[in-house]
Amino acid sequence: MPDLRGLYQEVILDHSKKPRNYRVLEDADYHAEGYNPLCGDRVTIYIKLENNRISDLSFQGSGCAISTSSASLLTETLKGKTLAEADALFEKFHALVTGETNGNLAEDPSLGKLAVFSGVSEFPVRVKCATLSWHTLRSALKGEEKTVTTE
Amino acid sequence: MAITSHHITETTGRNSSLKFDVEQIRKDFPALDQTIHGKPLVYLDNAATSQKPLEVLEAEEHFYRRDCSNIHRGVHELSERATKSYEDARITAQRFLNARDSKEIIFVRGATEAINLVANTFGRKNVQAGDEILITSMEHHSNIVPWQMLCEEKGAKLRVAPINDRGELLLDEFEKLLGPKTRLAAVVHVSNVLGTINPIREMIEAAHRKNVPVLLDGAQAAPHIQVDVQDLDCEFYTFSGHKLYGPTGVGVLYGKADVLNAMPPYQGGGDMISSVTFEKTIYNSLPYKFEAGTANIAGGIGLGAAIDYLNKIGMENISVYEDELLAYATEALSKIPGLRIIGTAEKKAGVISFVLEGIHPHDVGTILDQEGIAVRTGHHCAQPLMERFKIPATTRASLAFYNTKREIDALAAGIQKVKELLG
Repeated sequence: MPDLRGLYQEVILDHSKKPRNYRVLEDADYHAEGYNPLCGDRVTIYIKLENNRISDLSFQGSGCAISTSSASLLTETLKGKTLAEADALFEKFHALVTGETNGNLAEDPSLGKLAVFSGVSEFPVRVKCATLSWHTLRSALKGEEKTVTTE
Repeated sequence: MAITSHHITETTGRNSSLKFDVEQIRKDFPALDQTIHGKPLVYLDNAATSQKPLEVLEAEEHFYRRDCSNIHRGVHELSERATKSYEDARITAQRFLNARDSKEIIFVRGATEAINLVANTFGRKNVQAGDEILITSMEHHSNIVPWQMLCEEKGAKLRVAPINDRGELLLDEFEKLLGPKTRLAAVVHVSNVLGTINPIREMIEAAHRKNVPVLLDGAQAAPHIQVDVQDLDCEFYTFSGHKLYGPTGVGVLYGKADVLNAMPPYQGGGDMISSVTFEKTIYNSLPYKFEAGTANIAGGIGLGAAIDYLNKIGMENISVYEDELLAYATEALSKIPGLRIIGTAEKKAGVISFVLEGIHPHDVGTILDQEGIAVRTGHHCAQPLMERFKIPATTRASLAFYNTKREIDALAAGIQKVKELLG
């Protein structure tokens, strides 16, 4: 049986109630809006790059505990990372929340706090909540104008 | 098979002293008897689709096991049996809506297809550039988008009658929006999000004073309220079988015979023609003119069985019981601090939508599911309505006559658990 405490871990609840970097980044180099039409979640990600490294990033939006905390932890985790590192982390994060992995990703040190999302894999309908901000980030970096949707 | 049980209907249908035994009724619905995540299933997503009684399952199975054949053209025994069952179901639907004639009952895939049919035939013929279609701001997407598509094609305008903060239609405003250019008023009978029962009698009278025909989206009304299309005098009424305890993929479009006769056909194909040459086709008469291709035969028969089942219990008994349950649920949920009910109209049926302060409906849905409670979360295919109330989504509990006060208590306890976990 899936475990609700495993899904709603303390770190997740903390970030959903007090999201970090929740603001508009006025001088952002990139930004994009993501939308999940199934539940109405919306997120906008703002990114500032210096020498191919994410020097600052932030988000705004409205969503469930999973999507809000995921966006918040994304902004915390990716600050200072290169674009290649960010991309690699998304791959690992995606494997973690979909459960599509052979190894024990939750123990992978490179994921850091993102490991708290390991419980999502037990709730397949919530994978889109956890990945919305990541898909949006990717779209922002590609400079896509269109709103990303999870569908 | 249930199709032959009309005589039972008439005696129990209007007998208000009949005891409504919900525990006995629950035994008719096999899907209700299961556990979800170790808890008894509490199914409160009936506005999305309702569970099916044994009679419906048996009627469909009987068709496939014994009578399986195509209808309206076979000369053999199986085809005759299948045709009779299917056409009996049409008569059952006719009586259910109290239509004047069974040829006014068009079998479609569901309410959505019924509305699209009217938009594509009646709409394309009668709506021109500069004309208007009137809807309300509490419509389901399926009673918005077909009209938008028509308006876009024709250069016509979609007008929207507003509602108040309780989720009630502003009848005065509706009446003001009915003008010389209005070609149709397409309005919802019962809102799938707010539960509001619209004052359709007054709305139809107001429209008819301006010679405007009326289509009613009855998808959420037909399962809860006795409908009499002759008494209402509406031009069109639509409902879906699967929300009425029948199969998916079947529904009904009722239309006044003279209006239907004046409409061009919807789709071309078999069954909708009386003769075809490569030069010219002569269309079949009602209702077949609108039923191209092999129908959902088992679905139609299953829908007939569902209506027979409802008649056996009695729509009045159902309404009385559900009203009591809705009042009980409204009181139970109102007591929960931080819970706000969206849709507090004076006249409601079957639906409670709510938001919890600081907690997103999607999280509510996941936690309730772990308690075995099935609810719907999201915008319920009514995004403009969500905008009206300035909320991204709601959690919706929708009731059926097989739900119990015990299940409402379980919902209230489940919401408390949500608050403990996330509050």
